[in-house]
Order: sequence, then C-alpha cells, then structure tokens
Amino acid sequence: MSRDDVLVSAEWVEKNADSDGVVLVEVDEDTTAFDGGHIAGAIKLDWKKDLQDQVRRDFVNKEQFEKLLSERGVSNEDTVILYGGNNNWFAAYAYWYFKLYGHDAVKLLDGGRKKWELDGRPLSTDPADRKATTYSANEPNTAIRAFRDEVVDAIGTKNLVDVRSPDEFSGKLLAPAHLPQEVAQRGGHIPGAINVPWSKAANEDGTFRKDTELAELYKEAGLDDSKETIAYCRIGERSSHTWFVLHELLGDESVKNYDGSWTEYGSLVGVPIELGDGSKA
Amino acid sequence: MSAPLTGDGCGAPVQGQSLAGIDVDKETVIQGVVTAGGTPVPQAYVRLLDASGEFTAEVQASPAGEFRFFARPGQWVVRALSRSGNGEATVTAAIGVNETPLAVAS
Repeated sequence: MSRDDVLVSAEWVEKNADSDGVVLVEVDEDTTAFDGGHIAGAIKLDWKKDLQDQVRRDFVNKEQFEKLLSERGVSNEDTVILYGGNNNWFAAYAYWYFKLYGHDAVKLLDGGRKKWELDGRPLSTDPADRKATTYSANEPNTAIRAFRDEVVDAIGTKNLVDVRSPDEFSGKLLAPAHLPQEVAQRGGHIPGAINVPWSKAANEDGTFRKDTELAELYKEAGLDDSKETIAYCRIGERSSHTWFVLHELLGDESVKNYDGSWTEYGSLVGVPIELGDGSKA
Repeated sequence: MSAPLTGDGCGAPVQGQSLAGIDVDKETVIQGVVTAGGTPVPQAYVRLLDASGEFTAEVQASPAGEFRFFARPGQWVVRALSRSGNGEATVTAAIGVNETPLAVAS
C-alpha cells in the first residue's frame, strides 16, 4: 500500500472533482461548515446523525448504510474522496467506516478542509446534483474493529495506543466541557497503553507527516511491531486518524480501531485502570 | 478542573466573545482576536500549544476573528494559521479571562 493509494492532494481534487466515478464527501460533526461553503460537488455526511444508530450505541447497520449511500447518490463503483474539519478526524472515521463495509476505493484529501481553506481554494454553496443509486454493502469487516472484551484481553499482550491528549491519558481530564453526554465514569487509561496523541501524526496544516517520521514516532513511543495493535481515544474518531496512519500509511494490517474507546472502557465495571503518564508502566 | 474546550473531543463550539454561561471564577479563559495590520482576520485556525510547544487544542476563529480556549493557569502559546499569514503570541494565563491579541503577518 502506498500513500497514493489512500491519499489525494488538493491539486488532485481540483483537477478531478468533476470526473465520472469520483464522489467528494465532506464529513463533519457540525455540518454548518459544509452549509457555509464546501468543495464544489461534495455531498455531506453527518458523523452522528448519518453514521450512528439513533437509538442503540452502535453504527448504522448494513441495510442503513446501503440506504444512506443510495439516497446520497454514491455507487459501489465510485471512488470516494473524504475530507472534513478537525484535521480530518471525522473524515478518517468515515474512511474506516467505508472500509468496514467493504468499499475499497476510498481516499482521504490530505490536510482536509483546513489545508484547502489555507491554500485559498474555492468553496461553493451549491447543492450537489447526484442521482440516487442502489448501493450494496458487505457484512462489516471486524478485522479492523475492536470490541470491549477483546480490548480487556489485549492488556499485557497487544499494543494499546491511546491517542488522546496527555491530560486525558493521565486522568487529569475526563471530558471536554461541551460534550457532557459522553463522559466516562472514571479517568485514566488502559493499563500498559502507550500515549501517542493523534496530533503528533499531523503537520500543522493538517496534512500527514512523512512515512519515515511516522514510523519513527511510534517506534520511539514503544510500539512493538511484533504484536497486534488496538488504537483508541474517547469516542473513536481521533483513533480513526491514528488507525489510518498505522494501517493505511504504514501498512500494519493487524491494527484495529476500538470505537467504544474511553467512553465505554472508562464506564465498565471492574476493569483495571491506570493513572499517571505511563512512565512507570 | 477545566478542560480545553476543543481538541479533546470533537467539534469546536462557535467562537465568540460573550462570557454568558462561563464561570470566570473557575475557568482559565484565553481569548482574543486574530488581526493582520490591525484588521480582524476571519476564520483563522488557532491552536493552543503548551509551555513545551506541544499541541493541545485547535479552534477555527469566528468571522470576526475571535477565538477562545479553556486552559489551566500557566504559560501557553496561541498560534494562528490563516491566508493572511501566520503568527503567535505567548500568554501567562491565570484563572479568569486572559485577553490575548494575536497578530498575523505574511
């Protein structure tokens, strides 16, 4: 897998956005950014409303995903180019999600919305004109999704990469004040996890760092490449960014994203929790 | 304990200068306006770096150039990236509102 298979540049998007078989998709938590201006031709996906079940805590299922993409005009043959705000967190989450349901022709716009804006590239408020399709998804590929029991079993045997900020990792912070509904019951991290904040994998313009720098980053942090790896954060979006780096850019096929993340783990009864910066671990 | 309001979770809240609903006796608020040549710069990307230069949070400034972070007392750097150029400012924050003007230049 090379970088060109999974990432496109802003220049590429400007040249190819109108091509048949290319669909631009902006993925945000708050879609007001999209509504105020987006890359011409892009459709939007709402991270929470479109990609999560509105009753149970889980993804939309296969049938719901098929219905969503059919309505938005995405076909199985299309190459899906994802981008978004927050340094592509939610776009990376959607990337992982498309892969989960078996859509292989999916790429991220390197740098996302931030790089596009900082470059001064044009934005449009025109709605996309796409005809409905009949999209067919695969059964979810759980080789890239970790569940709670697997995470508990991974303590002491697999690499656990906590990609939250150091203060969340140490247990000083539980949750950001504007999202009280996602508060875990306890602070801290999974015992033995290493802390590599997602931001270390990105340049300040939102693009990914070079492969050689990324490989060095995780090696220095103590990632053991002879072991399988699970990445987690708070709600699974920042860890999708790191899953993308490890699985797609660095080619480690063993990496899973634990989307339950700290909001699940930190609320489980009886599981071990470690506090502090991990230096004694 | 006060959380940086962004960067730790997901979507950044709307940036603006009203302090309604914010407990300034508890929170360490770092806020200001991004300007270039004295004129506000809309929608710059503003990041909060800790004393060691480590990334902590990022928000997109409002159309009037306003940004705000919820930090802890101590030394911080705010850094703006914009089409009008980049810039940074250092702030030694205390509990309450810490106004931090942030000029950019190309």
